[in-house]
This record gives sequence, C-alpha cells and structure tokens, in this order.
Amino acid sequence: MTTRPDKTRPDKPRSPAVRPADPVAESAASPLTRDAWAALRVHTDARIALGRAGVSLPTAACLDFQLAHARARDAVHLPLAREELFAGLETLFGALGLPLLELRSRVRDRQEYLVRPDLGRRLDDDSSARLHAAAAKGAPRADGTLYDLAIVIADGLSTAAIQRQAVPFLHAFLPLAAARGLALAPPCFVDMGRVAVGDDAGQCLKAKAVAVLIGERPGLSSPDSMGIYMTHAPSVGLTDERRNCISNIRPEGFPPAQAARTLDYLLGKSLALGLSGVNLKDDQVLDGAGAPAAIA
Amino acid sequence: MRTCTLGNRHFSFPSLADLMAKATPHRSGDVLAGIAAASAEERVAAQLLLADTPLTAFLEDPLVPYEADEVTRLIIDTHDAPAFAPVRYMTVGQLREWLLSDQADGSALRAVAPGLTPEMAAAVSKVMRNQDLVLVASKIHNVSAFRTTIGLPGRLAVRLQPNHPTDDPKGVLASVIDGLAYGSGDACIGINPATDNLHAVTRLLHILDDVRTRYDIPTQSCVLTHVTTTIEAIAKGAPVDLVFQSIAGTQAANASFGVDLAMLAEGRAAALSLARGTRGDNVMYFETGQGSALSANAHHGVDQQTLEARAYGVARAYAPFLVNTVVGFIGPEYLYDGKQIIRAGLEDNFCGKLLGLPMGVDVCYTNHVEADQNDMDVLLTMLGVAGCAYIMGVPGADDIMLNYQSTSFHDALYLRRVLGLRPAPEFEKWLASVGFFDAGMRPSLADGAPLPLDLPPELTELADADATDIPPGTANCGGAA
Repeated sequence: MTTRPDKTRPDKPRSPAVRPADPVAESAASPLTRDAWAALRVHTDARIALGRAGVSLPTAACLDFQLAHARARDAVHLPLAREELFAGLETLFGALGLPLLELRSRVRDRQEYLVRPDLGRRLDDDSSARLHAAAAKGAPRADGTLYDLAIVIADGLSTAAIQRQAVPFLHAFLPLAAARGLALAPPCFVDMGRVAVGDDAGQCLKAKAVAVLIGERPGLSSPDSMGIYMTHAPSVGLTDERRNCISNIRPEGFPPAQAARTLDYLLGKSLALGLSGVNLKDDQVLDGAGAPAAIA
Repeated sequence: MRTCTLGNRHFSFPSLADLMAKATPHRSGDVLAGIAAASAEERVAAQLLLADTPLTAFLEDPLVPYEADEVTRLIIDTHDAPAFAPVRYMTVGQLREWLLSDQADGSALRAVAPGLTPEMAAAVSKVMRNQDLVLVASKIHNVSAFRTTIGLPGRLAVRLQPNHPTDDPKGVLASVIDGLAYGSGDACIGINPATDNLHAVTRLLHILDDVRTRYDIPTQSCVLTHVTTTIEAIAKGAPVDLVFQSIAGTQAANASFGVDLAMLAEGRAAALSLARGTRGDNVMYFETGQGSALSANAHHGVDQQTLEARAYGVARAYAPFLVNTVVGFIGPEYLYDGKQIIRAGLEDNFCGKLLGLPMGVDVCYTNHVEADQNDMDVLLTMLGVAGCAYIMGVPGADDIMLNYQSTSFHDALYLRRVLGLRPAPEFEKWLASVGFFDAGMRPSLADGAPLPLDLPPELTELADADATDIPPGTANCGGAA
C-alpha cells in the first residue's frame, strides 16, 4: 500500500527522479538517469527534470501523468453540487436584493454538450421566455437598456471550477461593481451553457454588457480553472473577436480577487468606450500574472 | 448532380462540395456542420464517385466561389499548369494509384506539387487508407532553412515549447534549459504567450534571443502572437526570427483570426528585412487545424479537411519555415476521439507534404476528448514513419498554459530512437559539442551529472542554493553507457 501525495505531482523539492537513496539500486547501477537541474522546478509547474530510463519516462513520472489525466477526465464529467453552489450564490446576490435565475441551454445531456456547441450557445425556450418576462418588468433607460451588467454563470467544461471559484470571485467583484454604481441585471445560472449563451441572456435582459463566468476546459495541472468572458452590447451571433477573456482563475493561477479587479477595469473601459474585444486594447502596465487578453 | 446506384440503392450528390463532404471519413465536425454522409454506405458511394471525378473538375468548379474568397483566387491564380501536366488527365482514383506507384518518387512528387490544388490533395486523401497516407508522405521531403535545416530525410526536428501561464521569464527559461538538455529545439524555440500585450511579447523575444546567443545555439526563436503584434515588435527593434500566424482555408475564417493575405505578406517582408537567417530565408511559421472555419461560421458548406488543405494553399504562398496542424487541440466537436484525431493527423501531414510544405504536426488532445497517451503514441509513431518534419516538445507532454497534452521531449527521443531519426544537422553538431548527446545521438549526461552549460543569470541564484537536492556521488553510474 503506497500513499500518494495529494497533488498530481510530488512536492517541489522531491522529483519522481530524485528518490531517497536506495542501497540496492545504487550498487546495481540504477537504470534511471536523474537530472541535476531538478532545483529549477521552483520556477514552473511544468514537468521538467523528470529524468529518464533510456530515453523514456521513469515509472513514477509516467504514472503521475496518468493520475493527473484521470483527474482532469473526471472533472469534465463531474456533476455540479447544485445546492451548495446555489446557497453561496443566493447569499451573495440576496444581500443585493437580486434573485438568482436558474436557466438551461438547448443541450439535453453532457454527451450532447460536448459535440453540439451550437445548442450550448442558446437558451431553451422556457429560459428565454422567463428572461423576457423579467425584462418586461424593468423600465428602459434613455439608451433602451435596462442594466449595465448581466452576470451569467455556466458550468462549462469544469463544474469543479464554478463550484470552487465562482463565489470567491463574486465576493470580491460585487463590491467593486457597487462602487462603480453599476446597475446589475438578475444573475443567471445556465445549465450546460457555452460562452456565447451570455449573448442570448444579455440580449433578453437588455444589458449593456455581459460577464460570463464559466468552467474552462480542465488542464492536467488545473482541473478547476474558471474563465470570464466580457462582451459589450451582447446579442445572439457575436463571435469571439468581440469578447475579452480573463483566464486561469483559481487560487494557484490568477487569484479570484485579482481577477475581480481586472474585470472591473475592463468593464469601466468597455462601458466608457462602448466596445469590447480585440479593439479594447489591454494597456495595463505589466504586472505579471493574468493580464486580460482578447481571445483569438 | 452526381449519382450512383449500389445494388438497389440510389445516391445523389447535388454539388462537388457535397460529394467531398460525404466522401470524408466520419468525424464530428462535419456532422456538426450538417454536411456529413448520413450512412456508412452513402459515404462509400460518395468515395466511388469521387474516385471517378477528373482532377480538372476542381479547377473548373471551385468549392468556395472565386469572386467571394481571396483564398480561392490565390489557389486558382497561382495554379502551375506545366507542373500539373503529368497528372492533367487523371481522375482522383488514378491520382491515388500514381502517388503510390514507383514512378512517383521524391523528385516527381516535388515537381508536381505546384500543379496540385489543395482540393485535389484533399480529394485523393479521402480515397486513401491511413497506410496510403503514410507511404506517399514518406516519399516527400520538403526542406526549409533559417539557422537550421528542416525536413531532410532521416531527420526529425522538435519545436521546444516552454509555455508558462504568466510568461514568467524564470519559468520559461527553466523549461528551455530542460528541453535543450533533452535534445529539443531544432525546429525552433517557440512560446505561446499568455497575452498579446506588446511589452510582454517583446520581453519574451529578448529572453529567447538571449538564450540562443548565450549558448550559440543554431536555432530560431518565435513568440506565437498575432502577425500585427510581431510587425509592431519588429518596428520597435525586437529580435524577431520567425513571424507566426494561425491561418485557415477561407477568407472569412482568416478574417475571424484578424488577418488577410496582404497582412501575411507584410509580416513576411518585415521579417525578411531583418535578414537574420544564416542557412536560409524561410521566415514564416503557420499553425492550422481542422474545424477552425466552422467555428468561425466561415465554411461555405465545405468539409473541414478540405478547408484545412486550403489553409496549406495559403501557407505555401509565403515560403514558410514551419507549418503544423494542431490536430487535436480544438476539441471533440470537431474530432471526437483518438481514432478521428489519428486519421486527421495523417491526412494533414499527407496533404501538407504533397502541397510542398515543411510539415509538422502537434500531436495533441484535450481532456474533454475520448483520447489518451496511447492514441498519441500511435499517431506519433505513424507520423515518424510518414516523414513528418517536426513535432512539439513540451515538458512531460503537459502544456500548463494552453491546458492540453502535446508530445514531450521524451516522446521526441523515443521517435528518433525507434526509427533511427536524427536532429537537424546544425543542431545535432551543437548537441554533441555541448555534451548533451554523444556523436551517435544518445543522451550523454550521466545520472545526476551537472549541466554542461552555465545557467542564465536569471536562474543561477536559486539553482546554487538548492544544489544540495541532488544526490552527490552518482556521476559515474549509468547514462553515458
């Protein structure tokens, strides 16, 4: 029985290639060749200095990869723990007097979600009817809009990402939105939604901009990474060059609080200029992690 | 209208584009586009009709209208009639037989390339089995050069891909050092930046150029950002070797990438003006992938594999140094599983080589696709046999920035060893002179042996402090034997 470390790879100083001295292996000329530059691992999560057996991976490194892949695969198919997530979201939005709307895309199941992105980009009939009904109650402003921002949350390709990052992010972001005086639309959760489902929701709600919080496709070292896509003047049929993306949101990547400040910065600029996407240039001074990028 | 009767079943295909789509081996992207064959039998009916289609049909009946699309205009306007002459009267099925025949040796295939359009290459691939795609591709060697020479027979190059989620210089450099020690980097040291921010891109360009000059590595660097950003960086004096751009097979799909043909020409001219190549002046690096046109709503009812071949038609107009398909990157809605990725990778390598490109493949998959390392081992090995010019080298096959799995430094060494392939000649000499590999291209660092290079100054402090992590006294066992 072996106990594996909780992370998908051993702790930094201990590589799969650098094992405690094994008297038998040492004396019998181990088939393993270890790399002397394992210390460089402090600089990156990349799988460097793995060592080699011949030209191939050592067994430990090979199985570490399999474990990470297994976890990422499981993350794609993991069902959302709805009660827990919604309790957190309702506490946050309830304090602002905003009801959380539970919506669905046109996708019927997880399998269809993976192969029919077109269906995941649209709300089902019942959901869009409910949004239209909600919007009908509002009083349009001079420019015809009802709200400055619609927040749309979708499980995307990683329910774990939304489960873990959505509430901490919103906890940091909602006060910034309030300070900016943004009129928020009723927040939406969309079951099996893609990024562009935010265009549908934002259009129904007559919002000036939409921010979609969505589970990114899981990486081996980041099965729970959330992305945010911000689009000005959302309407059905927009393509990606109209969006700005903040990626890799998780404590070990771009921390939620920092992502909240970036979204606030982007929104401020977007609402002032009346645009988003590749034409909304990122001119923040370099501060290392997670500067917003237009998605190609 | 093309019609075909098999037994008592009748099949008809209203257009050449429809015939091509229905003749395509099954893949999810064509199903998503609503253009795939409805049954396995209909697919073969389409293949039978396609095999009897004369090659000239593709000149007379462009699948994407000439007036509407500058890629079609490029393909038709640059078609080389004299080069086409030897196959001028053939059907698609006859072209397959000619390609497989002993008459079609390396020089005959090289000579015919400018006479073949991407649509002809795609059409013939649809009536070829995987082994046919491998055999024909293995006869073709398209050579390009900058500081190294890519595509020579018996060689396999690797793009060292040291991506880091925040473009941290130390993180990037750590992966570069690891990759060099494992013999990767002869195709280029090419990083996908986390942002298109000009300052960040320029900083990365300097980091990579400093490493290259510090160790006198015969290679070229590339920061894979938008062509306009690279043009801007060149204008500001940044050390740019290769100009990168993602491209696709229709004008509208390229527009979704924010590029057109004139912009690519401008990028190429900017890089050529720097005259930084020593072995050659191929300065462009293109990436492609099946499904990009559909994802941009720009497919004109044409199947994704044919559009991919048209992207190669774009690429070859700019005498590129490197072109690779990122075959499994885009996801299961375009290529559903390992079987579809393997097929697409072999098709892309074949079509790219047949059209005259120094073709590489990013053998890769994402975590939401039905594929794993074993599928990639199959594709990697078949591509090695098929004479693919280069693959990617990512530490441990795990790209921590792009969140997908590609091939590793170890995978490249596996392929070189199992097929007796060697690195690009200039880089091979460097690997031996530094002491990473012996003259027979076996790794020569012994167990725990120190790096034969001084680390870049950015990395030295910590490396010295942590040197005690490495078990001492193991320098004389294993490794160099």
